[in-house]
Amino acid sequence: MMESLDAAILARLQFAFTVSFHIVFPAFTIGLASYLAVLEALWLWRGRETHIVLYRYWLRIFALTFGMGVVSGIVMSYQFGTNWGPFADRTGPVLGPLLGYEVLTAFFLEAGFMGVMLFGQKRVGKGLHFFATSMVAVGTLVSAFWVLAAISWMHTPAGYAIRDSQFFPVDWWAVIFNPSFPYRLAHMVLAAYLTTAFVVGAVGAFHLLRDRSSDAARVMFSMAMWMAAIVAPLQLVMGDLHGLNTLEHQPAKIAAMEGHWDTRSGAPLILFGLPDMQAETTRYELSVPGLGSLILTHDWQGDVRGLKSWPARDRPHAPTVFWSFRVMVAIGVAMILVGLVSLFLRARRRVATTQWFLRCVFAMGPSGFVAVLAGWITTEVGRQPYVVYGLMRTAEARSPVDAPAVAGSLLAFVVVYFLVFGAGIYYILQLMRRAPAPLEQGAERGLPQRAAGITPAPALEKR
Amino acid sequence: MTLDLPLIWAGLIALAVLMYVVMDGFDLGIGILFPFFKGERDRRVMMNSIAPVWDGNETWLILGGGGLFAVFPLAYSILLTAFYAPLIVMLLALIFRGVAFEFRFRDPRHQSFWDLGFAGGSIVATLAQGVVLGAFVQGIEVEGRSYAGGWFGWLTPFSLFTGVALACGYALLGATWLVMRTEGELQARANRWARSLAVGMVTAIAVVSLWTPQLNLSIAMRWFSWPNVAYLAPVPILVAATIWALLRSLSRRHDVRPFLMSLALFVLSFAGLAISVYPYIVLPSVKIRDAAAPPESLSFLLVGAVVLLPIILGYTAYAYWVFRGKVKADDGYH
Repeated sequence: MMESLDAAILARLQFAFTVSFHIVFPAFTIGLASYLAVLEALWLWRGRETHIVLYRYWLRIFALTFGMGVVSGIVMSYQFGTNWGPFADRTGPVLGPLLGYEVLTAFFLEAGFMGVMLFGQKRVGKGLHFFATSMVAVGTLVSAFWVLAAISWMHTPAGYAIRDSQFFPVDWWAVIFNPSFPYRLAHMVLAAYLTTAFVVGAVGAFHLLRDRSSDAARVMFSMAMWMAAIVAPLQLVMGDLHGLNTLEHQPAKIAAMEGHWDTRSGAPLILFGLPDMQAETTRYELSVPGLGSLILTHDWQGDVRGLKSWPARDRPHAPTVFWSFRVMVAIGVAMILVGLVSLFLRARRRVATTQWFLRCVFAMGPSGFVAVLAGWITTEVGRQPYVVYGLMRTAEARSPVDAPAVAGSLLAFVVVYFLVFGAGIYYILQLMRRAPAPLEQGAERGLPQRAAGITPAPALEKR
Repeated sequence: MTLDLPLIWAGLIALAVLMYVVMDGFDLGIGILFPFFKGERDRRVMMNSIAPVWDGNETWLILGGGGLFAVFPLAYSILLTAFYAPLIVMLLALIFRGVAFEFRFRDPRHQSFWDLGFAGGSIVATLAQGVVLGAFVQGIEVEGRSYAGGWFGWLTPFSLFTGVALACGYALLGATWLVMRTEGELQARANRWARSLAVGMVTAIAVVSLWTPQLNLSIAMRWFSWPNVAYLAPVPILVAATIWALLRSLSRRHDVRPFLMSLALFVLSFAGLAISVYPYIVLPSVKIRDAAAPPESLSFLLVGAVVLLPIILGYTAYAYWVFRGKVKADDGYH
């Protein structure tokens, strides 16, 4: 028994590790692909050199990030079978086709046009090249659509029947558009856009701090700040709607997020504290009376369920959910502040010249990734102890693989991921440190061109 | 008339696996040959010839895996658990191989490390795939709805042999791809490689064809009982004819034909495999029909596959068309 428990924890750790590493890349490429499409469209429309300079600059970073997203994503599509066989067997008829559609509608589209986008600048016309960029951008969004439909179904299953313990689809529309899906999709896509905006903003800020005359840096910074000003407040509204949806379908998760143990009316909003699973209380709490009920029920006296109304074995791990939620919200609030300050400075025409603001945005560069990870930890740990909420426990979902095998593969993933993706992230940071040059080396300067087109390879081209 | 959905899907999954094997086969083959081509100029040509298309090729692997999850969840669950170790090794190897396309150009100081990752990743991934193939043909111990064998159930002399055989086959695809896409000295060397590898491939096909019936009586019956032996005779005859045409086209220095003949060899070998395995999806106990998801799942995804696969094949062909012709490493860069 002890050994199987260990294997279960190791398998969960392995999934958490590989999926956390993976999500970082799509969170960035979803936003960046759309940004590239916008840049290329602006260039085609206005013919301004800065836009194509920025396009080339971010295309290289996109290529690296996308490559890492692909290889870390393939691992995910096999992980269900290697470590979670019974889960795959029982939910396959419902979830499998959703992932099948993701491959057919998104992965092939992205991969097929990615080559043209990266290497085809001199091989196809401008219009066709823009079409390829757009297809890659659309592909990333379609991919998000399907994978979030599948994940949302695990949180709020709908449109299914159970026969011989296997889930069967009854109504595909209900399966895909399950109750939490529209909220989760919108929340995630906005998160990806915000993440990208803050990375682009930070890179712009970095180069503006070094060279305030850089036109490319100013344009990317300004575009990023518009995104922050518009999308960050939108995300607040979306997050609130998503939270209310969760309250309706997964109240135990909300209770853990809020640190509420007792069911009561006029519940406080606990700002900080330490939820204690053993003592069934939140220690050292700092709270605002009544505000919890107001936020959750939009009524000062609304009833809010506490964790004690579920048996101990049905509760998610409250400290994790409580704190990851607070990390996400804190970053969200900081992003909204940045957006507001940018509007204020913009009105005074100082948005790209105010030093302390540039430093502040530079520091916020990785914040989107942290918020995305914290948000996913909140929602996924909050789903526990179930893998399909209320219907299938995580403990029932595991393959009969022994602990040493899971531990060995986990160790291999950890070593390889840190080595490979560590190097990749380092290369991305190196690319970001280079200022966007007005005249890029390579094909544009009439140098003889290799048949495979230009590779995103400045180091090579300098030789 | 009702459609035999599980059978149609078995055919589509088989198609996805075949597409994967031939398409990623030639770019993994380039990786396998990489250590034998030391010149930076050759290496760049080799890499550039596959850089725009490898990602699309590898997507067929996701379709094979994801498709199996969708339409044969039981088989997906059993097979992936049974092949735990080789699959994890394959995934890790593919990571090294995949990132090398970008990383080797990003970091000249560590280029040799990423080249090693590219070649090693390609070789290890191929060996792992070949081992999985051999273990699959050999059969898997199943109890109830789960894998019942041990950690190393996949490790046998036969599976090790198929691992090496597949590496030989992928390298042949890679070499003939280079014959098609390059010129001059590099092309001549690729041609010499292709000839040796073709001989290796013939040997491998012969050994596997004789070894497989020993492993499984029903496979032996399938091929050697009367009248099957007459119906199936075209398969080995076509294999022999293809090998002859392959060697002839190599000695006559054809550009495109050797690659096409190598593809044909893979298609024929794959057909032979399908004939041996049918109607099972997990030998020797789980049939295609028993592993299939309910008709609601099969038909839902089939609609998409029927509409989307031709479109996918269309734009994939377009991407290959854009990057057609001989690949060159231009002197201007050195």
